[in-house]
Amino acid sequence: MADTAITKPIPVTVLTGYLGAGKTTLLNRILTESHGKKYAVIVNEFGEIGIDNDLIVESDEEIYEMNNGCICCTVRGDLIRVVEGLMRRPGRFDGIIVETTGLADPVPVAQTFFMDDDVRAKTELDAVVALVDAKHLPLRLKDSREAEDQIAFADVVVVNKTDLVTPDELAVIEDIVRAINPTARIYKTTRSGVDLARVLDQGAFNLERALENDPHFLEHGHEDHVCGPDCDHHHHDHGHDHHGHDHDHHHHDHHDHDHHGHDHHGHAVASAIHDVTVKSISLRGGEMNPERFFPWIQKITQTQGPNILRLKGIIAFKGDAERYVVQGVHMIVEGDHQRAWKDGEKRESRLVFIGRELDREKIEQSFLACQATA
Amino acid sequence: MPTVAPLDLDGHVVAAHFLGDVPFFATAAGEIRRLDGGEKVTQAHDGLLTCIRDPFSVSLITGGEDGKVMRIAADGSASLVAEAPRRWISVVAGGPQGAVAYGLGKSTAVVLADGTAKEFAEERTVEALAFAPKGLRIAAARYNGVSLHWVATASAPVDLDWKGAHNGVTFSPDGKFLVTQMQENALHGWKLDGKPGEARHMRMTGYPSKVKSLSWSAKGKWLASSGAPAAIVWPFSGKDGPMGKAPLELGTRANIMATCVAFHPVEEVLAIGFIDGMILGVRVGDGKEALLRRPGKGAITAMSWSGNGKLVAFGSDAGDCGIIDISA
Repeated sequence: MADTAITKPIPVTVLTGYLGAGKTTLLNRILTESHGKKYAVIVNEFGEIGIDNDLIVESDEEIYEMNNGCICCTVRGDLIRVVEGLMRRPGRFDGIIVETTGLADPVPVAQTFFMDDDVRAKTELDAVVALVDAKHLPLRLKDSREAEDQIAFADVVVVNKTDLVTPDELAVIEDIVRAINPTARIYKTTRSGVDLARVLDQGAFNLERALENDPHFLEHGHEDHVCGPDCDHHHHDHGHDHHGHDHDHHHHDHHDHDHHGHDHHGHAVASAIHDVTVKSISLRGGEMNPERFFPWIQKITQTQGPNILRLKGIIAFKGDAERYVVQGVHMIVEGDHQRAWKDGEKRESRLVFIGRELDREKIEQSFLACQATA
Repeated sequence: MPTVAPLDLDGHVVAAHFLGDVPFFATAAGEIRRLDGGEKVTQAHDGLLTCIRDPFSVSLITGGEDGKVMRIAADGSASLVAEAPRRWISVVAGGPQGAVAYGLGKSTAVVLADGTAKEFAEERTVEALAFAPKGLRIAAARYNGVSLHWVATASAPVDLDWKGAHNGVTFSPDGKFLVTQMQENALHGWKLDGKPGEARHMRMTGYPSKVKSLSWSAKGKWLASSGAPAAIVWPFSGKDGPMGKAPLELGTRANIMATCVAFHPVEEVLAIGFIDGMILGVRVGDGKEALLRRPGKGAITAMSWSGNGKLVAFGSDAGDCGIIDISA
C-alpha cells in the first residue's frame, strides 16, 4: 500500500476540436517528437494516425448518465474501462491523451476524472486543449454548439491554420475565443506547431498549480492582446478599492468592451461573435466569510450547475493566512488551500464562471454578500 | 493456523484460479503461471485484460489488449479462440459445450466448439457477459440494462431494463436470478422466473464504493460482494431473493475496504480479501473469523478456492500472490 499510495497520478490531457482542426497532426507530433516521454492515446478511431504504437487504444464514446437525478452528471463509460486497463501496467507511459471526436462534448470526458473513484485514484486530469481552425471557426460557431463548448471548456486553446486568414481576421478570432473563455491560454500556430510544453503537463485542474502558474488569472480579457507563453506583461491595476463594499465591480465586465465594432474584418467574421451563447462572469470581492461563501458556492453549483461549464477562483478568507482555490465543472466543485498569501499581495477574492444563461447580477450580488464584515 | 506459500510476480495480478487442485495466476502483462511442483509460464497475451475460470469446463478463458481470446487448458497450453485485431477484449464468458462469448464493442460475439461464430448487436457497449447455468443463453450487461440472447435461435433478445450503467453480470447457480454490478455503487437484480406482473426488480444499495467482486455460495443461498469495509452478503434462499431482507456484513474492518470475495466450493465459508492485502476466512453461520493472510503490498484483486476446498490462491495489484493452505 505504501508503494501505491505515493505513486504520482498519471496526467491526462483531453484533446478536443472540430474535424479538420488539426488534432491528428498534433497527436502525431506528440507521439513522434523526442520529448523523452511516452503517451498512451485513447482515440475514437485509429483513422489517420499512421503510427504503429501499442499504446494507441480505440474506444467507442459511451456517455453514461449517473443515476443521481442530475442531468449534467455524465461520464464516459469507455474511458473508465480503458483507463482501468491501462493503469494496471502504469510503467509503460508517462501520461494519457484522450482524443475526442469533432462533435464531442468535453464535459463527460472531464467529469469521468472527478466522478469515478477508481479513475480518480490513479489519474489526474491535466488540461483540456481545444484546437480551433482559424479559417472555419465563424462557420462552426454558427452551426454547432459543440464548437463553442469546446472552447468554453478548454484550459488551452490552440488557434491553428493561422496562415489561412488575414491578420485582421485572426485578431477577431482571438476576440471571439476570449469572449467565450477569458481564462484559457491562447496560442496561435500553423500546422499544429504549438510548443508541446504549452499543451502537455499543464496542471490546469491541479488545485495547487491551477491558478498559481497563471499570474494573470482573471486579468485576461481586460486587455486587447493575447499573452504569449512567456508574457510577463504587467496588467494595470484597475484602481478600485476592493476592500470596502465597492459596487463598481461590474466595470470589469469584459463583455462591455468594444469588440463588436470590427466591421472591417468582413461580415461573416464580425457577426460570428453574435453567435456566441456562452458567457463568462468575472467576480471580484474582498475577504470572504467562509460560513457564507461555502453554502453559497454549494447552492449556486447545485441550482446553476447545468449552466456552468467551468468555474475557477481564488478566495481570500478573513483571518485565513492561506489562499483558497476553487474550481468546478457543472455541479462538481472542489477547493483547497493552496499557499500562504505573500507579503504585500492583495487579499482579494476572484472567481470566474463560464456558462450559459447565468444571471450576472444575481450571482454578483450574492457573491458580494459573502464578504466578511470588517 | 493456515500457512501461506508466497509467490512474487511482476505487476498487477488479474486472476488466480484453480483447475482441479492446480493453481494458475494471470498477470496484466499477459503471463499465465501454472504451479504444479514446478512452474510453467505461458505468454498468453501482449497485455491481458481478463481471465476467467470457464464454469463449464476445466479451462480458463482470457482476453487481451492484443485483440485475442484464448483458452488455457489444464496443462497450461494456450489456444486461440478468436481474434479481433487492434481491439481490446476485456469481457469474456464460458458457456456449455465449449461455447465462448466475448464483447466486441457494441456487440456480443459467440464462438461455438465447432467454430461457428455468431454475433448479437447491442445498443450500447457490452460491459460484461455471463452464460446461464442451463441452456445456451447469454446475458450481456450494458448501459440501461441487460440483453438475454438464446445463442442457437434467431429469436429476439429479452431486454431487462434498469436505468444506469451495468458493468458486471452473474446468474444465480439455479438460474432463477440475474444480478448486475452498477457504476453507482449498487447491485441490481432481476427475478427471472417471476409471473407476469410480479415485482421482478431487486435493488441492492448502500455500498460506499463500486462492487468489483461477487461470489455465490455453493448452492446459491448467498451472494457475497465487495465494495464496503466488510463483505456484504445477500440472502438468496427465498423465492424473492433478498427483497425485504437485510444483508449480512462479514469480516467488518474499520475503513479498510473489501476488494475481493470468494465462497468455499462446499461449505458456507467466505474468503474476504481487503485493500491492504489482508485475507479473512469467515463462517456465514456465526460470523466467526480466521486470519488467512496478513496485510501485504497491494490490494487483493483475485482469489479462488481449490476444488477440494483446502487451498486459496490469491493475487494483488502489486504482484504479491500466494497459496493459503487452510488444512495445515
